[in-house]
Amino acid sequence: MTETVWTSSGTTAHEPKFGDYVELLKPRVMRLVIFTALVGLLAAPVGTHPVIALASILCVAVGAGASGALNMWSDWDIDAVMDRTSRRPIPSGRVERGEALAIGVTLAVFSVVMLALFSNMVAAGLLAFTIFFYAVIYSLWLKRATPQNIVIGGAAGAFPPMIGWAIATGGVSVESVLMFALIFLWTPPHFWALALFRNSDYIRAGVPMLPVTAGTRVTRNQILIYTLLLVPVAVAPAFSGIGGPVYLAGALVLNAMFLAGGLRVWRRNDGDAAADGYRVEKRFFGFSILYLFLHFVLILAEALCRLADLSPAGWPRPF
Amino acid sequence: MRPDSHEIYGRRRSRNVGLGLVLAAVVVLTFAVTVVKMTSGHNMEAFDHQQRTSLLPKTDG
Repeated sequence: MTETVWTSSGTTAHEPKFGDYVELLKPRVMRLVIFTALVGLLAAPVGTHPVIALASILCVAVGAGASGALNMWSDWDIDAVMDRTSRRPIPSGRVERGEALAIGVTLAVFSVVMLALFSNMVAAGLLAFTIFFYAVIYSLWLKRATPQNIVIGGAAGAFPPMIGWAIATGGVSVESVLMFALIFLWTPPHFWALALFRNSDYIRAGVPMLPVTAGTRVTRNQILIYTLLLVPVAVAPAFSGIGGPVYLAGALVLNAMFLAGGLRVWRRNDGDAAADGYRVEKRFFGFSILYLFLHFVLILAEALCRLADLSPAGWPRPF
Repeated sequence: MRPDSHEIYGRRRSRNVGLGLVLAAVVVLTFAVTVVKMTSGHNMEAFDHQQRTSLLPKTDG
């Protein structure tokens, strides 16, 4: 797979460690994917054998890793000029581009086939579509083409709980669509907050992020618009099969805080942001990660309540 | 310096050991899933272009 080049200094060029390959799979993204897929699986009304559940979730994780490797293969030139990504395995010279492509394609095929064998065709089909959407539609096309890149590309990150639900139930339902919508609408405010304080990175790399193409004022407006759209969607699962009073209470608090953060970001301008080193934007970005994580913790808490028979029988569930 | 003491061998070893462990884990996992599916009565036969009564849906009649 690799060719060793001995140099005059006695060191070698390009001889990756196993950890370099692991890094290619974006383990941090993988963790979030595993968590949301697992919550989707556990929130489903149908039980799954623990061994099947473990094997299936691992397939989803490997599929996410394959997407990460394919993303690093396609974005090598962007990654090289951005501070945040310049130490990734390809731009730092630890892994060759061709290797990333080979690993990405192999793991993508392997994860989809194994998921079809371990669970069902619906889950495998959703995983295949997710990998295709992230690697081809987002990474190869949208990211370099439109400032709406992360709005549409956000769908790729929103599929894992839907896949988890499909592993357990073999289908798609209102509950899994609501979990999808939660991540889908959360993505734009999350990434645009990051883009506000990483603007120079994106300008240097020539990526048409919204602050680059439309300016920071429009970006702040869009962050608020998407936050307003997100709030009702994030509260709605409380009145579905995966929600309940615990979810409602938690979601109300989290969404009030998120909305307040969105308003603070919206009220500011570049002068305010530069004066305090984008403190509010960075705080909003950091809280957005906790916000999403806690919503899925709440869904998990509701699943445990149902398991322990603690869910109120008369709870309204119009969805 | 002996050639085999070069740090390159450490990196290769890391790759080989890592890949070996991953492959072993895949084998164990596949075996475990097979055992679970067989013991829980899953239909292990698939269509292979031949009519077989065992693959037809069960009816009361």
